Amino acid sequence: MPGVIIDKNYCKGCELCVKACPQKILSMSKDITMRGYFYALMHDPSRCIGCQLCAITCPDAAITVKMHGTRFVLYEY
Amino acid sequence: MNEVKDSATTITFARPQAFSDMVTHYCPGCTHGIIHRLVAETIDELNIRERTVGVAPVGCSVLIYNYFNVDFLESPHGRAPALATGLKRVSPELIVFTYQGDGDLASIGLSEIVHAANRGEKFTTIFVNNAIYGMTGGQMAPTTMPGQVTSTSPYGRNVEEAGWPMRICELLSTLRTPGYIERVAVHTPQNIVRTKKAIRTAFQNQIDRRCFSLIEVLSTCPTNWGLTPCEATNWVQTNMSPYYPLGVFKKPEPRIEV
Amino acid sequence: MTRILMKGNEAIAEAAIRAGGVHYFAYPITPQSEVGEYLAKRLPEVGGVFVQAESEVAVGNMLFGAASTGKRVFTSSSSPGVSLMQEAISYMAGAQLPVVIINIMRGGPGLGGILPAQSDYFQSTKGGGHGDYRLLVLAPASVQEAVDLTMLGFHLADKYRNPVLVIGDGMIGQMMEPVEFPDKYDEPALPAKDWAITGAKGRKPLITKSLFLDPYALEQNNIVIHAKYEQMKANEIRFELYKVSAKNRMLIVSYGTMARICQTVIDDLEREGVSIGLLRPISLWPFPEMQIRTEAAKPNIERVLTVEMSMGQMVEDVDKAVQGKKPVDFFGRTGGIVPAPEEVRERILKLLDGKMAK
Repeated sequence: MPGVIIDKNYCKGCELCVKACPQKILSMSKDITMRGYFYALMHDPSRCIGCQLCAITCPDAAITVKMHGTRFVLYEY
Repeated sequence: MNEVKDSATTITFARPQAFSDMVTHYCPGCTHGIIHRLVAETIDELNIRERTVGVAPVGCSVLIYNYFNVDFLESPHGRAPALATGLKRVSPELIVFTYQGDGDLASIGLSEIVHAANRGEKFTTIFVNNAIYGMTGGQMAPTTMPGQVTSTSPYGRNVEEAGWPMRICELLSTLRTPGYIERVAVHTPQNIVRTKKAIRTAFQNQIDRRCFSLIEVLSTCPTNWGLTPCEATNWVQTNMSPYYPLGVFKKPEPRIEV
Repeated sequence: MTRILMKGNEAIAEAAIRAGGVHYFAYPITPQSEVGEYLAKRLPEVGGVFVQAESEVAVGNMLFGAASTGKRVFTSSSSPGVSLMQEAISYMAGAQLPVVIINIMRGGPGLGGILPAQSDYFQSTKGGGHGDYRLLVLAPASVQEAVDLTMLGFHLADKYRNPVLVIGDGMIGQMMEPVEFPDKYDEPALPAKDWAITGAKGRKPLITKSLFLDPYALEQNNIVIHAKYEQMKANEIRFELYKVSAKNRMLIVSYGTMARICQTVIDDLEREGVSIGLLRPISLWPFPEMQIRTEAAKPNIERVLTVEMSMGQMVEDVDKAVQGKKPVDFFGRTGGIVPAPEEVRERILKLLDGKMAK
């Protein structure tokens, strides 16, 4: 099952990943990081299809994507 | 679409190695960060980190040298193509790229970029067009849209006085000297994927000693546009890309294999 | 070592090559265009880079890019062109990059003229660009000395990691004189260029820059740079004394072609029993201030006369050196006019018999 890890230290709460996620399973935190930003959260990992659009659109390379088992390569990147 | 069966957990997306681990100074949602990452990924994939040298502009990306694990030069405002010319000419084995904003390249540095392209200097330019001067606080740039309000066009850009925004790709593509000129954007993931291909082609041209390459990337400036990052990406779609058509404007002639 | 009759501009170009300066970026401008023309033919023969840039602004910045690799790079231009390079020169001083810049001066200001002048003294020695920096400035008085100082310039640029300016008036570039080139340019050892941009292979990335947003870091950079200038003052002052003796009634301070004309006048007056000495600065910066002070203080010296092809620029530094101990006078012509010996002679005699007190 794919795993999306959002590093709070890099996230500046810009919400671009939330907009990009086709599954609409990312949302913003209620608390703020030490740098004073809300940060993005994965609130339903089970519906993640591993498309990596969140990681691709993140301006701060805060998102790491891990895969296990079958992975569908949807496009060349 | 093909399936890949991973037996163990594999990382399929992570910070590129050519990227330093610093948090950038860019505003939240500023797409400079995406373009930086695409360049860093390209450097990793082409395995050229140890012989790549970047030339930093003056503008928001003046501190780009803090974000890459490659050698860097810091150029005076607009002069990066001249630094890159000198560097590439005396050390042709280095992979040289300039990273410039629209104030840097289209305004003060226009002579430098036009002549570097016309001489066919074999380096690569990443030209970030966000239609405004970011670092100095949101002034009108040569690429500012008609009617766009900035701190030096408070009534909106008046094309009667300030002229129309400059289309650098079209301008450079009229030069007879072979080169690779493409305009891309990074306001949607789909466009980001295309931008990466363009940047990859540009760097490959340099590795092959083929020609000068310039990739113009339509970018956002949430802070000075007064929009949220998501609204800013929409603004690129609705306002900028109609005026700045995306696509390849120039390709080097096919190499005649002697 | 064969002696050849050579035009100053071309001799300077060949001298650069002999010193390993084979990467040249320039823009045509009278009266030094022959430097570029000569190098356009010669550099490909020695595997060098020749680029004619779109402007001197671009030239200055190409130099920055090329010099960052540690390779020997240089340019030649003339007064207005050097004005356009000032920003890049300030950047190179700030980023500690070695480069040799040859200025074959012409009349100014503005477009001025194309005849010889020395009116770029302020620009050269007081810093034509912004910020706390200095250039090592060498002023040849003959084509042979232009060759020697150009070659020395490359060594000093590397030794101090700082731009070096070799300035000659239009005559130095345009006249032909016999010159000799050493077979091999043997120069003292230089430290390794661990700062050179070569690609981050097997080492941490290097950044060649003059930007220091942190004020303490910028001040520290200035302190490091100014320590080099103190070194230059200690080791790189060069000057020549001509017929300086206890019989001298006057000390002339003059450089470049103007000094040679003064030597003719000194010889003539000597035959008429009037003894005049000349101190010819070869390094305009660091300026031979103490040496001028010492000579001027001697009891036999009644007055000090500065002779320049300008409205009077070096005279301010001579005045500072003499510290009011003796009257300091000035004589000069500008616009490209080279004073004839008779004019200088007339002024000296007037000054000596007091008819023209300051």
